[in-house]
Amino acid sequence: MPEGVASGLEKGAPVRLDKVSFSYGSHGSYGEAPLVFDVDFATAKINAIMGPSGSGKSTLLNLVAGFETPQSGRVLIGGADVSAEPPSARPVSMVFQENNLFAHLSVEQNVGLGRSPSLRLTEADRAAIAGALARTGLAGKERRLPRELSGGERQRVALARVLVRDRPVLLLDEPFASLGPALRDDMLELVAAVHAERGMTILFVTHQPEDARRIGEHMVFLDNGLVAATGKADDFFAGAGPEAFRRYIGAGAGGAVSRDVARKRT
Amino acid sequence: MTPAYSTDSRVSAGIVALAAIALLIGGAFAGLLFEGTHDFSGAWAAFDPYLLRVIRFTLWQAALSTLLSVVPALFVARALSRHPRFFGRAFILQLFAVPLALPAIVAALGILALYGRAGYFAGVLAVIGGGSWPGIYGLSGILVAHVFFNLPLATRLFLEALQTIPADQWRLASQLGMSARPAFRLIEWPTLRAAMPGVAGLVFMLCITSFTIVLILGGGPAATTLEVGIYQALRFDFDPARAVTLTLLQIALTFIVVLALTRLGANVVGDTNLPVAQRRYLSVNRSETWLNTLLIVLALLFVVAPMAATVMAGLGADLGRLAGEATVRQATLTSVMLAFLSALLSVTLSLALTMARRALALNRRAGRKTVLEHATDTGAGFVLVVPPIVVGAGWFLLLRHVGDVFAIAPVMVVTVNAVMAMPFALRAVRPAYDAASERHERLCAQLGIAGWNRLTLVDWPPLRRPLATAFAFAMALSLGDLGVIALFGSDSVQTLPYLLLARMGSYRTEDAAGLALLLGLVCLALIVAAHWLGKEKVRDA
Repeated sequence: MPEGVASGLEKGAPVRLDKVSFSYGSHGSYGEAPLVFDVDFATAKINAIMGPSGSGKSTLLNLVAGFETPQSGRVLIGGADVSAEPPSARPVSMVFQENNLFAHLSVEQNVGLGRSPSLRLTEADRAAIAGALARTGLAGKERRLPRELSGGERQRVALARVLVRDRPVLLLDEPFASLGPALRDDMLELVAAVHAERGMTILFVTHQPEDARRIGEHMVFLDNGLVAATGKADDFFAGAGPEAFRRYIGAGAGGAVSRDVARKRT
Repeated sequence: MTPAYSTDSRVSAGIVALAAIALLIGGAFAGLLFEGTHDFSGAWAAFDPYLLRVIRFTLWQAALSTLLSVVPALFVARALSRHPRFFGRAFILQLFAVPLALPAIVAALGILALYGRAGYFAGVLAVIGGGSWPGIYGLSGILVAHVFFNLPLATRLFLEALQTIPADQWRLASQLGMSARPAFRLIEWPTLRAAMPGVAGLVFMLCITSFTIVLILGGGPAATTLEVGIYQALRFDFDPARAVTLTLLQIALTFIVVLALTRLGANVVGDTNLPVAQRRYLSVNRSETWLNTLLIVLALLFVVAPMAATVMAGLGADLGRLAGEATVRQATLTSVMLAFLSALLSVTLSLALTMARRALALNRRAGRKTVLEHATDTGAGFVLVVPPIVVGAGWFLLLRHVGDVFAIAPVMVVTVNAVMAMPFALRAVRPAYDAASERHERLCAQLGIAGWNRLTLVDWPPLRRPLATAFAFAMALSLGDLGVIALFGSDSVQTLPYLLLARMGSYRTEDAAGLALLLGLVCLALIVAAHWLGKEKVRDA
């Protein structure tokens, strides 16, 4: 491991949303009830965030990342209130579903932006970038442009940038939703492996129960703009989750049966 | 509450750009108001029967020009839309885009070379008219020139409207066995009628602010518009009070038209993007095909003839001697330099406004637009309310008291033309910037890429081509402009259009034809470059 990477072996930071409320549109002009999040995420664990469409999963990540500002309440990362911090000053990295890369910059440059927003890189930076690219299986593709990569490889580049940024919190906003089953498996394994090495706190928004079951340790289930339930992911899939969760992942299943079905399919 | 990253250098850039534009327009108004209050009785006395005649003629020629451009355009556009595939179709459409950036003075000369008293068609026209051909000066000349400019424009706009008809409607029509007549009544006409107010309004607007055409082809007090009246009041009659009255009337007139236009939802810039024609699932019978072919050929001849005449007349000139003339060389150099600076300024202003608008829109989310966002958004289009002559006249009146009006000529040419080209430049830059921002905004915020880093690393690569398109187009517009330089030009500062006008004035027709060819070719090269740069898109991941 190159120096730059090894130095960041700090454990994940605690993430907490303290009575955070948020609504799209000013003064509820759309007549929508505000979203209210009051939740503690499991520190240094992989937190799966699930919920029906429109339940506020992406909004929750955007609040933690700083793309949205709460109307009231506090966003606490590592115990500090970061509600007023711009996204780049928060100790988080985020991987989006798409558009994680600048189309006109090479793989190496895209990763390098994680170290310096002006791309003025030191030798240590370059070593860290090379290490991260090797770790994500992209060695030899440094000079490629994003359009010369497959969808899975592009998300690997985004993960490589997460490695060089080395922040104690990682936000994943359905990053593998557009990948095929085999590629998604590979990516989940990579995320789990990176997490085992770095121990950051991961908030993983996904629609796929298999994703959550495979790598999720802690479950945060959202419904109707509220945190409906939290708990160990295994308990949720063993049928201990709320009724709404079971309805969401499939009629009457939730137990061992669907788990076997899922296993067979992969 | 606004997001924490709302303090953005892009907004500051937009404010600086708006301030610069406000200074230019505001200075002109200050000059007008100062002069108007200074000599109020003189301004009031300008309301004489002659002035009323000028107003009437301004509106009358614009109305006729609109009618003669828009009605034929309906049928030409329909003909082109009925035949989505034939050899040369794309070329015809590109040709129809040329008048948009061809200098008015070049077109006016081409029309004179064709239909003038000594034009190529003079013999034929004399036989038809029985006797001698008096030439095309006056209303007829103005109309022919305006139709030359606006028929192709209206055709392209109508065609664009027709192409928004969903392919399914055509599939349905052919399944139901609709022939040409019901298809026109039920499918094409509703679309054309919806587009009509916008297109007609735009053409009307262009015709009441037309300066060069009326100046050159109007040929006398009987055929004068407000814009030409302003120029004559300042340059020949030295009657500033009268110029103020004319200018204020012109502003009121354009303001009313633009207001009506925006009510109608028109696209005031009139630049068109034609998508690739889709397959149409329709069969056109033989007689209609003949009719459509005839229509297209006639329109084509009408548009091509003045261009061809410009080339023929130009080649007849002693080009070698012209090229060797020091005055010509100096004017060419001046023209290119001023147009280059003007285009640079225009593109910079447009980019600043685009970035500010986007940044403000992102921060606003769902709330109401602020005044600043409105200004960066639609405000830029409203510079069309104040034609170059008006801005020029205002500054002319203001600077008259300060010192040598003619010394300021280069600054005026550069700034006024830059602002006038801005709506066109914005059309090229804004969609590209907004699309890039859509992809990159959150990533930049996350990685802390902002300001200069963002401009060079993130925004510049995808914007390079649209910016070059905007630049080439703005340069062509500035290069061909006669409005500002007609007011401020002098023997010491001459551009090519100004020199051309001077040669015409001293009856050196051959020289004028040669210069027109030169000017036309340079502008054509720039338009072709703009088109080429705009078309070839960088493939995206």
